[in-house]
Amino acid sequence: MIEFIASLVPASLAAHAPALLVVVPMLFAPIAAFMPNGRIAWLLSIIATGIALIMSISLIDQVRSIEGGAVLSYAMGGWAPDAGIEFRIDALNSMVLLLVSTIGFLAAIFSWPTVKAEIRDAKRAMFFAAYLVCFTGLTGVASTGDAFNLFVFLEISSIATYVLVALGATRDRRALPAAGNYLLMGTIGASFFVVGVGFLFAATGTLNMAELAVRLQDVQDNKAVLAGYAFIVVGLGIKAAMFPLHQWLPNAYAYSPSFVTMFLAATATKVAIYALVRFLFTVFGLEFAFEGSTLIWILMPMGIAAMIACSFQAVFQTDVRRTLAYSSVAQVGYMLLGISIGTAAGVSAGLFHLVNHALIKGALFMALAGVVLTYQGTSLNDLKGLGRTSPWTMTAFAIGAVSLIGVPLTAGFQSKYALVNALFEHGWWWAVAVVMFSSLLAVVYMGRMLEAVFFRAPSNPNKRRQEAPFVILIPLWILALANLWVGIQGGFVAGLADDAATALFIGGGS
Amino acid sequence: MLEFVLERGNYWAIIGLMMIGLYIAFAATNLIKRLVGLGLFQTSIILFYISLSRIDDGTAPILFGKDYGKKKDYDDDPSGGGEYAGEASDYAASGGYDGGHGYGGEGLENVYSNPLPHVLMLTAIVVGVATLAVGLAIIVRIREAYGTVEADEIRAMDLEVAISEAASEAEESKAGAV
Repeated sequence: MIEFIASLVPASLAAHAPALLVVVPMLFAPIAAFMPNGRIAWLLSIIATGIALIMSISLIDQVRSIEGGAVLSYAMGGWAPDAGIEFRIDALNSMVLLLVSTIGFLAAIFSWPTVKAEIRDAKRAMFFAAYLVCFTGLTGVASTGDAFNLFVFLEISSIATYVLVALGATRDRRALPAAGNYLLMGTIGASFFVVGVGFLFAATGTLNMAELAVRLQDVQDNKAVLAGYAFIVVGLGIKAAMFPLHQWLPNAYAYSPSFVTMFLAATATKVAIYALVRFLFTVFGLEFAFEGSTLIWILMPMGIAAMIACSFQAVFQTDVRRTLAYSSVAQVGYMLLGISIGTAAGVSAGLFHLVNHALIKGALFMALAGVVLTYQGTSLNDLKGLGRTSPWTMTAFAIGAVSLIGVPLTAGFQSKYALVNALFEHGWWWAVAVVMFSSLLAVVYMGRMLEAVFFRAPSNPNKRRQEAPFVILIPLWILALANLWVGIQGGFVAGLADDAATALFIGGGS
Repeated sequence: MLEFVLERGNYWAIIGLMMIGLYIAFAATNLIKRLVGLGLFQTSIILFYISLSRIDDGTAPILFGKDYGKKKDYDDDPSGGGEYAGEASDYAASGGYDGGHGYGGEGLENVYSNPLPHVLMLTAIVVGVATLAVGLAIIVRIREAYGTVEADEIRAMDLEVAISEAASEAEESKAGAV
């Protein structure tokens, strides 16, 4: 199917796919902002993200056309890399781009009913414009090969995100402090990152990531480089909601409009983790003095702490969206644990879980958006008895839930299995026990929801309940079926993750 | 020791500003003051980049006509890019005509300012202004919704709402059980 879609793209466009992927949504954003009503802006955002999706499929095809993964280098504006900004697409980038644009496209389709319900009429066109800007930023982060350019795209997406989160204020005013807090933390994170890039620039005189990787070999013990490394890891850690730096996340997810929650949960932290992986393995490389100790003493303990502490916090929430938000932080822990193993198998497992978690959380939050739409509430009480009145929405929700727990035949199982295998291979058997324990906690918190949905009588039978509209159901079921498909036949996504990890270790290690 | 400290006066000033800004951003309860701290933090980063751009004994890396892209032998250049920890000759020789670090060498007495960090900081200023604008807009809306811009008062109000919500929730579930 990928080959077929890629063959539809003319060669002249395919050559510029890395740029078009970013530029098309960027150009559509101001057009959408000037549209007189939200519905046209909605259609525009579907078109823009659809084009981005086709471009990313074309990129995947181009990268996979060579055994072991090609590296596409695109010189922005025709300026040769190092002097100009390079867009560099390898197996890892193309995987993240495919993930972001798929989720972005599905999210754009599903958005209209929830936006209509939650955003005021005059703001809708602007809302979609902000969404497209956010999407632009995320694809930009995932495709650029220039360290400073990465910062700029990170901020483009983040600033749009602050606006989107704050728009939840029409439903609950607590969205505003949440957005303010997110803005503060996010800006500090990005600033830390840019300080780190400054140190690297001082030590090497380049901003191109591939070039940085080469030149850093000579100045490994330089104190400026070590300081830069620390700043970059902390800065990207804030953006990725690494355990002690995740305080902005639960509120931002719980109070933003349900469309925004779904999109952010499935993409924003994932892209930040991509950037972290890119810096850890491509720019610095495993030979870097700090790297081994960072993986063992920072990423691994923080990942494990997130898996346990945030799973516990998830158990004690009464609001379903907060539960899922804490669970997101816990799942970031799984990814960090996989990455911290520092072997190709471990990183591949971490990336595999990254993709799967995006599918899982995308499906769960999309189903919840349907609940919010028809029932206006997201507490555990509101979910009671929904399994009887809206079986389609809730069955998809249940598929997402069992996938999050890691029941066999679902996506979550496949990636946890890969993670456990990588851990055993590395001899970290005790970490396997932690993974199991955290999964048990997931059984508790997701089990409570499923019990409420399917086995409880509605707490307030007079309220109207109904199925979510078709526009929501279709993307929702695409994601739910994707969970099952990856779970039963996980070869495609696992292959992408393997290629990505191989590209990192071959491309970055030497 | 003293010389070492004084030589790097600009960096000390920058670190001082950066830490003051970070402290204000975390410690202030007034949201506006928090943004002021954030602005200070970002400005100190701009200063950091600008002071990186100074190169003693350098000149503009302009190559034109037949010289463009030509690799020169810079190995006998001992002084280029004094502040740069990396070996200046290395990257000058690898065709780094963008930065111009290490160009020139003996015979030049000018202090040259590398334009690249300046350009980067123009972008960073734009990013900072956009962040500040969004932040202030959010604070205006917070003020409209809560009637205050003090973070602790807002937290107290939110806590009250959360407690009353939890209470009504418990009542509801009790009613549901009966």
